[in-house]
Amino acid sequence: MLKTARIERYAPGERVNHWIIAITFVLAALSGLSLFHPSMFWLSNLFGGGPWTRILHPFIGAVMAAAFCVIAVRFWHHNVLEAVDWQWLRQWRDVLANREDRLPRIGRYNAGQKALFWVMVGCMAALLVSGVVFWRPWFAYYFPIDLVRLASLAHALAAAVLIIGIIVHVYAAIWTKGSIGAMVRGTVSARWAAKHHPAWLDEKMKQG
Amino acid sequence: MSSLQTLDIQRRSATTTASPSVRTHIEVAKLIDISKCIGCKACQSACMEWNDVRDEIGTNVGVYDNPPDLSDKSWTVMRFTEHETEAGRLEWLIRKDGCMHCADPGCLKACPAPGAIVQYANGIVDFIEENCIGCGSCVTGCPFNVPRISKADNKAYKCTLCSDRVSVGLEPACVKSCPTGAITFGSKEAMKDHAAERIVDLKERGYANAGLYDPQGVGGTHVMYVLQHADTPHVYAGLPDDPRISPLVSLWKGVMKPLALAAMGAAALAGFFHYVTVGPNDADADDDDGHAGGAPGGSAGKGAKPGAAAQPPAPR
Repeated sequence: MLKTARIERYAPGERVNHWIIAITFVLAALSGLSLFHPSMFWLSNLFGGGPWTRILHPFIGAVMAAAFCVIAVRFWHHNVLEAVDWQWLRQWRDVLANREDRLPRIGRYNAGQKALFWVMVGCMAALLVSGVVFWRPWFAYYFPIDLVRLASLAHALAAAVLIIGIIVHVYAAIWTKGSIGAMVRGTVSARWAAKHHPAWLDEKMKQG
Repeated sequence: MSSLQTLDIQRRSATTTASPSVRTHIEVAKLIDISKCIGCKACQSACMEWNDVRDEIGTNVGVYDNPPDLSDKSWTVMRFTEHETEAGRLEWLIRKDGCMHCADPGCLKACPAPGAIVQYANGIVDFIEENCIGCGSCVTGCPFNVPRISKADNKAYKCTLCSDRVSVGLEPACVKSCPTGAITFGSKEAMKDHAAERIVDLKERGYANAGLYDPQGVGGTHVMYVLQHADTPHVYAGLPDDPRISPLVSLWKGVMKPLALAAMGAAALAGFFHYVTVGPNDADADDDDGHAGGAPGGSAGKGAKPGAAAQPPAPR
């Protein structure tokens, strides 16, 4: 195998899909945080003030949810947890300490990536459903007040979990050099694949 | 309503520091004696006139309630209930509905816009519409179903307890207009004393359960009722028996806010310090492509558990 070979990891359509979600996530998170805690209200200035933040946030969220649906349908079959994933999770100390050579040979995604995928699926679904329930002035009037209260709480909780999940996701990409390139230009080096996703590399090689 | 220079602010929505509060104020209250109300709706008219709001002409829905509900332009409405007592007597219970001006206001607690809802030091809870962003959280937070969002401007409206009148020493418009003295206004203490006299009177007239409605679940209110049947407030067109801010709202606007922010900050810091201590995971910087990229002599070997190294290195 050529050390300098580039292997395609994400097709152009997948990268566009990912970055639509990423951009809308950042906008939704900033506008959402501005309404979540008084110390963050200044972020509403980025969106043209409080009323504009309130108007824009749900539409941004709706675009994010739609784009995420597409990527979830595309990627879910890569994210089914297998026996090897539980072994990987049990060795979380080796993962964090960069002792990747001790970990089982993993495929396209490791257990951390898979777990994060399902956390995101759950959070996105919760955010979409709860967000519609108290989306004013359009839908909130159709729901009983206790459901609106529950939705408000669930929305904030799911958003907090999602934001923490994305912090982990972004850090993992910064930590594992070459990962950001995979999503920007679409390719990884053979060494990257051999080190982080050897079983996926085998598959790729078989496909030629 | 706008901010009033003459009224100090005790609490301000989405604000974590003190508001102007050096002046001395007495707590005020409006007392509504339901046993004296004749349902003339003079207070509704006075409210519209003073506040310059005119609701649309509606349709008769078969009862005397007109308009049938509170709205962005109807900040108080009479709710008529035909109540049959245990003795088989018919009582016409007429409750003047509107904002209760809670000591612990659920609307203010839920509001995310700084200064859109204030509680003046005299106890009046006021919406400052110019700061309102139209999110409807006040509706979510209110235990009395009072705030209404205008379809015209997406701002929240409700009874101001005529804070503009009170700030210059006048009583609210509804109080001034009431022909039977069913609505009175003054210091909260004076109103409680007045209510106590009325309750003694009602009890003498056979209303054994007469009492004051000043629900402690919301810290007491600055609009209080004298009820003939204080043991069953719900008979008065669904007045809550024990109103309190929903625990869902308390969680959402209470512990959740600092905890969630702390968790986000902790996640970001954990990442940063992980990078600082463990270093990057860089496949392409390795000397040989068979070994992981932990810094030699760094932390990579220290925490190794002998039993955890069950897997062979990835074959080339």
